[in-house]
Amino acid sequence: MIAKGNIAYYCWLILLLILILQGGFAYLHQFEKGLIVTNMRDQVSWAFYIGNFTFLVGVAAAAVMLVIPAYVYNWGPIKEIVVYGELLAVAAISMCLGFVLVDMGRPDRFWHLTPIIGIMNFPSSLLAWDAIVLNIYLLVNLTVVTNILYSLFMKKHYNHKIVLPLVIFSIPMAVSIHTVTAFLYNGMAARPYWNSAILAPRFLASAFCSGPAILLILFQVLRKTTSFRIKDEAIHKVAELMAYAMFINLFLFFAEVFKEYYSNTQHIVYMNYLFFGLNGKMSPIAIWGWLSVLFGVIAFLIFLFPKTRKNFVAMNIGCVMIYTSVYIEKGIALIIPGYTPTVLGEIYEYFPSIHELRISAAIFGVGFLLFTLMIKVSNSLLFEELSIETIKNREQ
Amino acid sequence: MKKNTDLTRREFIKGAAGIAGATVLASCGLSGDALEAFLQKHFKELSNDEKAEILKRIEDECKAKYGKEVAVVGTPAEEGVLFAYALDISRCIGCRRCVYGCCEENNQSRDPQIHWITVLEMDKSEGVNLEKANSYYEVDKVPQPDKFYFPVACQQCENPPCVKVCPVKATWKEPDGIVVVDYNWCIGCRCCITACPYGARHFNWAEPKIPTDELNPSMHYLGNRPRMKGCVEKCTFCIQRTRGEEKKYPKCVEVCPVGARKFGNLLDPSSEIRYILANKRVFIFKEELNTRPKFFYYYGL
Repeated sequence: MIAKGNIAYYCWLILLLILILQGGFAYLHQFEKGLIVTNMRDQVSWAFYIGNFTFLVGVAAAAVMLVIPAYVYNWGPIKEIVVYGELLAVAAISMCLGFVLVDMGRPDRFWHLTPIIGIMNFPSSLLAWDAIVLNIYLLVNLTVVTNILYSLFMKKHYNHKIVLPLVIFSIPMAVSIHTVTAFLYNGMAARPYWNSAILAPRFLASAFCSGPAILLILFQVLRKTTSFRIKDEAIHKVAELMAYAMFINLFLFFAEVFKEYYSNTQHIVYMNYLFFGLNGKMSPIAIWGWLSVLFGVIAFLIFLFPKTRKNFVAMNIGCVMIYTSVYIEKGIALIIPGYTPTVLGEIYEYFPSIHELRISAAIFGVGFLLFTLMIKVSNSLLFEELSIETIKNREQ
Repeated sequence: MKKNTDLTRREFIKGAAGIAGATVLASCGLSGDALEAFLQKHFKELSNDEKAEILKRIEDECKAKYGKEVAVVGTPAEEGVLFAYALDISRCIGCRRCVYGCCEENNQSRDPQIHWITVLEMDKSEGVNLEKANSYYEVDKVPQPDKFYFPVACQQCENPPCVKVCPVKATWKEPDGIVVVDYNWCIGCRCCITACPYGARHFNWAEPKIPTDELNPSMHYLGNRPRMKGCVEKCTFCIQRTRGEEKKYPKCVEVCPVGARKFGNLLDPSSEIRYILANKRVFIFKEELNTRPKFFYYYGL
């Protein structure tokens, strides 16, 4: 069932395999030489890898939280929406773990971070918390989707006693993974740029913008290519909810900007570095900082007015813009200014190295491949009547 | 393995996982010292026998790599000792002898270059203002008349944020107050580098390089033994010098040409450090962060 598909499907798979292969070679080089092949240094010691990690935690969280409105507004194919949301979460968390792994100086010592055989600094270290909640979240989502899909395969009704409580449990878990990830930065008192109480709310708000943006586009693709039937009203409703999230996201950003520029303390340097530059020199990330804000505002306007929101072309442009906006915000605008200038006032101009870009592309390749294959399998179970019986019949 | 009948469950699982891991690795062609290093437990969980074995293994590794006899010790903290440091910024001339002395004493990588001490040059008219600080000044032109010099290294906090954030307890505060790293347990996540407000922690971005003739053969497990690629390191108040019988000063104290650096036992009322705290104008760096450094800056003149 994963082998069957049209030319576009095969081209997509080949593209992903090329991405994975080229990045695999880059990673081998990094594994041998060390993280020196990145542009990270003591001054900016987390960067593009951890930015991608942070962004994808948001995607994973938002994917599952869409289950609530799907249920409340009775969008119809609730089972399918749960399956797609959780599969997206599984793929996103897998990419998160990939990004953490490539960022580690000693990936061979990964076992030190596992419970029982390693030593976890719990509850004091937020990274230990993050490892725990992300893995629980991954397990919960895997359990739910495999349970639903397996019962479809066996032509049975899925186990309500397991699936329902887990789906409900996955919703606060979704909130917690992004909160814990925000706290990872938030708790670093040495970095004033992150040491703001609205950091976790900002994380959640931005995740509610970017996660549904992916799902909206995915729903439209699946609606065209499979028997997945989701009503237009459901898509418009998601878009409306996204407009609220975008408003909160922009409002919280505005609150942060007000605090920094009105109080005008020494801590303003970080935001100045993000949007302008320091000592009269423009920073290499300023253009990205502005692009993120600009795209965020335009996308909000598109989603704010029902007329543009309900126009599929405009809505899809808005989706791409908000996705890009949040990706830049988490990938660059959150992390790099946190380190620039450093705790001793030094300005180290970071921009990802070619190795970082190649390895990151490969991790996205793995994630997309995983997601594509999982969707392919679940679609044959959901819509193409694949089951234990059809396989038996075919054999006869 | 210990011949102990009441093995705890944790120990059993560890043992089982260790054997499983060993089998996998042995079949991959990894063996001997590399395998032992891979399976090595956290330093604080080692028995004395295991410690002795590991120190021996590291000595052998150093000999093989540098062709030089070295001695690696694991001297524990002495009771009744809490180390502290004081630095006279009215005397410091910014000559960076402490930086280079530290580098040689503590076997820091020469390429890529790692320095545990950073000396900041600041304007006298600005005071301690990090926005106007410069650590890349030219050392042969010091001291500049309108500048003063502000060396920063690990502040050996009583409330260390780096220890709090480490996900695997690879770094901790010793009973004598020194914050140390088990280089063999560190996973290289760099949380501690992010958490440290003093830029005192350094990562081995590549395999460290030290010229054989410059290798300091007198080593401590938690201090100046050569590090490996991918782990974090930091100042340990020269743990290999300050602990044990000889009770030497840290190298930076010894090499400072103007006597700006003072070191001693905070619990000893007659120590020089206690005299400075009681009689000089002392301040601590980034006091508002409540890290409670045992590194004090003062104006001696």
